[in-house]
Amino acid sequence: MPVQYYIFLSIALFCIGIMGVLMRRNAIIIFMCIELMLNAVNLLLVAFSKMWVDAGRIDAASAQLFVFFVMVVAAAEVSVGLAIIVMMYRNTHSVDINILSRLKN
Amino acid sequence: MGIDMIIFTVLSAIAIASALGVILSKNPVNSVLCMITCFVAIAGHYIMLNAQFLFVVHLIVYTGAIMVLFLFVLMMMNLNADIEPQKRNWLKYAGAISGGALLLVLVAALRDASLPAIQGGGNTEIGLVQNLGKTLFTSYVVPFELSSVLFLSAMIGAVVIGKK
Repeated sequence: MPVQYYIFLSIALFCIGIMGVLMRRNAIIIFMCIELMLNAVNLLLVAFSKMWVDAGRIDAASAQLFVFFVMVVAAAEVSVGLAIIVMMYRNTHSVDINILSRLKN
Repeated sequence: MGIDMIIFTVLSAIAIASALGVILSKNPVNSVLCMITCFVAIAGHYIMLNAQFLFVVHLIVYTGAIMVLFLFVLMMMNLNADIEPQKRNWLKYAGAISGGALLLVLVAALRDASLPAIQGGGNTEIGLVQNLGKTLFTSYVVPFELSSVLFLSAMIGAVVIGKK
């Protein structure tokens, strides 16, 4: 199977994530679309890892560890980001980013 | 068309359809459920690519922890009426068009890239815990320790922000 298929799949998922960030106003949906973009990149890293394993490289485990670290960073990011969103919801009673855009008051 | 091609097509269709469901559904709870479906499809891709450890970690961390956290926050906010205002439609079209333009440019740029194919037959044990752990604790031990500091600071940050 050509690795191009995986590249196209990852591009499609990444662009869907970008469209979601640009189109939606709900802050939680935007956050989820960022997670979708991270996952598209993760999938591409794993596909390239498999590609180099089949091509005979030895140190192809590094790509999978990069994915592991991306997951670690994403988990930390989600915990802090959702805490911020909850705090903003408590203050403004909305998660609409047009209302959140003025941070004062 | 081999069995791997069929599985790849089915999983890709599920992933893309549910990703579109995330950004198109009006109810945020439906978005989260579509996102979980998308993540399960991506986990299926992982196990097809011989990343067994990542498959399990992806299911546990993303589908089990992160998306449930999203679901809890969403249910705590009681947003089921989804009062997203529908004015300024041109902004939506502009977002869709720019995302589509990026898709077009990336596909056109990478269509003719000459890369080795995934033909199978390589070492299938590269994604097991033994190999990954050996690499993690020899070559990547400093990033590993740094990520523990990152987790600690994220935990403290979440508690401090949430308590206000």
